[in-house]
Amino acid sequence: MDTILSIRNIVKVYPNGVVANKGISFDIEKNTIHALVGENGAGKTTLMKILFGIETPQEGEIIYKGKKVHFKSPLDAIKNGIGMVHQHLMLAPDLTVAENLTLGIEPRKWKIFLDTDKMNEIAKRVSKEFGLEVPFDKRVKDLPIGVRQRVEILKALLRNVELLILDEPTAVLTPQESDMLFKTLKDLKKHGKTIIFISHKLKEVKQIADRVTVIRDGKVIATKDASELTEHQIAELMVGREIKSERIAPSPKVGEPLLEVENLDYINEENIPVLKSVSFKVRSGEILGVAGVEGNGQTELVEILTGLRRLTSGKVIINGKDMAGKTPREIRENGVSHIPEDRMKNGVAEAATIKENLIVDRYYKKPFSKGILLDWKYITNYGKKLIKDFNVLATSPDALVSSLSGGNIQKVVVARELSSNPSVIVADQPIRGIDVGSEELVHRLLKEARDKGSAVFLVSADLDEVLELSTRIIVLYNGEIVARFDDVGGLTGKDLGPYMLGVKREE
Amino acid sequence: MEKYILKYFDAIRTIIAILIGIFISILVIYIISKSPGGSLRYFLLGPVLSKSRLGNVFETATPILFGGLAVSIPFQAAQFNIGQEGEIYLGAALGTAFALVFHMPAFLYAAMVLFFAGLIGAGWGYIPGILKAKWKVDELVSSLMLNYVAYFFGLYVINYHFRDKKAGFLVSYQLPKAAWLKQFIPGTRIHIGVILALVFAILVYYFLYHTKLGYEIRMVGFNRHFARYGGINVFKVIVLSQVIGGFIAGVGGMVEVMGIHHRFNWQMSPGYGWDGIVVAIIGHNHPILIIFAALFLAYLRVGGQVLNLMSDVPSEMVTVIESIIILLITAEAFLSQWKYRITVREAARKEELNESAS
Repeated sequence: MDTILSIRNIVKVYPNGVVANKGISFDIEKNTIHALVGENGAGKTTLMKILFGIETPQEGEIIYKGKKVHFKSPLDAIKNGIGMVHQHLMLAPDLTVAENLTLGIEPRKWKIFLDTDKMNEIAKRVSKEFGLEVPFDKRVKDLPIGVRQRVEILKALLRNVELLILDEPTAVLTPQESDMLFKTLKDLKKHGKTIIFISHKLKEVKQIADRVTVIRDGKVIATKDASELTEHQIAELMVGREIKSERIAPSPKVGEPLLEVENLDYINEENIPVLKSVSFKVRSGEILGVAGVEGNGQTELVEILTGLRRLTSGKVIINGKDMAGKTPREIRENGVSHIPEDRMKNGVAEAATIKENLIVDRYYKKPFSKGILLDWKYITNYGKKLIKDFNVLATSPDALVSSLSGGNIQKVVVARELSSNPSVIVADQPIRGIDVGSEELVHRLLKEARDKGSAVFLVSADLDEVLELSTRIIVLYNGEIVARFDDVGGLTGKDLGPYMLGVKREE
Repeated sequence: MEKYILKYFDAIRTIIAILIGIFISILVIYIISKSPGGSLRYFLLGPVLSKSRLGNVFETATPILFGGLAVSIPFQAAQFNIGQEGEIYLGAALGTAFALVFHMPAFLYAAMVLFFAGLIGAGWGYIPGILKAKWKVDELVSSLMLNYVAYFFGLYVINYHFRDKKAGFLVSYQLPKAAWLKQFIPGTRIHIGVILALVFAILVYYFLYHTKLGYEIRMVGFNRHFARYGGINVFKVIVLSQVIGGFIAGVGGMVEVMGIHHRFNWQMSPGYGWDGIVVAIIGHNHPILIIFAALFLAYLRVGGQVLNLMSDVPSEMVTVIESIIILLITAEAFLSQWKYRITVREAARKEELNESAS
């Protein structure tokens, strides 16, 4: 087999001192699906950004089709036949599919006017060539995410890309949509394309990859044929230690409802109903999982529960008290803690120290302050203790949060939110973008909190997470609860998929 | 070595920016002055060549320091209120009026007048604060506009109601002696207000870094969403940061009247609010650093005055230097490539240490 791409000793240091790649080298064979796996923060995305001309490495070289290359921009990479489908799709939502496909290379009449017919014709041609069906005349914003992704792939193909990079493409897809994508990728391989597939979902890697490169801590740990490795072996290479498969903890004692939501409605500023008569209960000792494609009202629901957003009507009863319309502090005082969806926006103040971040919900209480003065000595010791208890990799409680990795920042958030003995925990995407080690820790802590009698409300776009942790599951689609599963035994992602897509709903 | 450069990078960058600014001003002096050597000496050493000029540095630094402290509090809350100029002016004008109307026993007099001036400044800070918190009116615009209102209103009060017609200039009546801040070092005009400014700087430091409200202000400034999520009343912090800043500005304006002029004589707004913004930026909004920034700016000012008096170089030079320095300091990216290269080398060194350790 021919080598299409050789990566030689790539070193990348970010301006904040983080060394993302520490001498990465491996080869990619032509006409294969090459999976790049590793924990979050291992350096996969950085490497791909270098390949695609977004970042410049300090050292090392890239040899593409036998020639040393140095891409100055994504445009440069595309011209040379390398395309990338980003995790967050880069399409113009208000343009049609055909317009998006031909953006920048659009056919014109007399060099001025758009030639819509020809545009559709071109779109149809590539679509047919690769067997990827897309509705040409629809606007991108009206399409489901799986179809948008197909548009993005087609867009790259139209530009004669030979090497296609997909950055965690299944993170936003339902299981059904993922299957469609894999079929597409296999077809592309038949057409002679080479694909780099970034993922940390090992099941998928085994399913479609020919070769696998495992990256850990900025270094290549192994590059092997996928057939040589089991899922378990890949996982251990990623983490760098043995993983014991975890038994699901025995079902805990379920008690009184601590969080009750009744007929909650929310109409947003644009007068669009985002949540429609949502009702559910979460009892002491259970985890209620919310499954659903992102953007179906989960964010708003969580913000209403935690006081960051005002509901339109309905009741939110926490520990027996109606907390609808109360401030975040009143809600927190009533025993609620909140692991936010976007930790950089809500969860931390990056430019502040770890200890300052750890006390934001309690600085005004004794013993953190006396009178109007903060007790920094106590707070520093307290910070040291939480850093130790929650395994945060930091030099001291005075280190800035911005100097930590994503997983450790999340540990700071979790340390704060779970150390206040909450009776209700609202956890929104608690493991998004963090490494496997931190992921394990966060999940273990949530289970412990559950066993101690907390009611946990878990929102996640990661179906595996919802299935693994939840005592019960509800599915949210378009602001409504379309399905409830009180028994999660034997439930799989495939069972939830149709509800998440709105194809099916319970009566 | 390079580890320390990284640690103190901001300080080093500030010093380099200052040095470049001074270097450029030296160049300019050499170009325009007929005796550049002498001129340069006046400019750089003028302020320390006599006791009265050294005194001038401290006197000049005092209102600038008040201004800088007044700026630092809203700035730390990320509220870009630039109404300190108006707060200082109105605090001084109405404070003067208050002192002339209400006579009090000596031990209360100065304190009451300063407190009143502070309240005026606080009220003036409240307006953009509440407008921002309630209706999202941009505080930069509202506070800037309010400066004009404060200036003309203060001018009106003094010129039409408290003007000393016997004086040859447009000034207020003189304050009773009991309301003066005593000048206590003979041969200079250094007055109690200079000490007061330093006390304020230390108090503001404690306020921002050791009190609950100070913590709230800084968290709101770092990340407003985070503060709200954590339960901090962001609305209250936005308003209070500007009110407290305004109080300090009002006091600062009145201190200048009571310590130096003993009557209100500002027909033009004196610019201490603008100087305050400059020193707050140089001092990274840190009260202790602002003390040094204010002294630095005052030194430049006095040096400029000496230069103007003793040589053929115009004092406008100082403004040129000042502007260049501020430009260099506020340019975040200045020297960032250098920092990046050191960061890369440091990271490589750490890696090697890790390797050899394991």
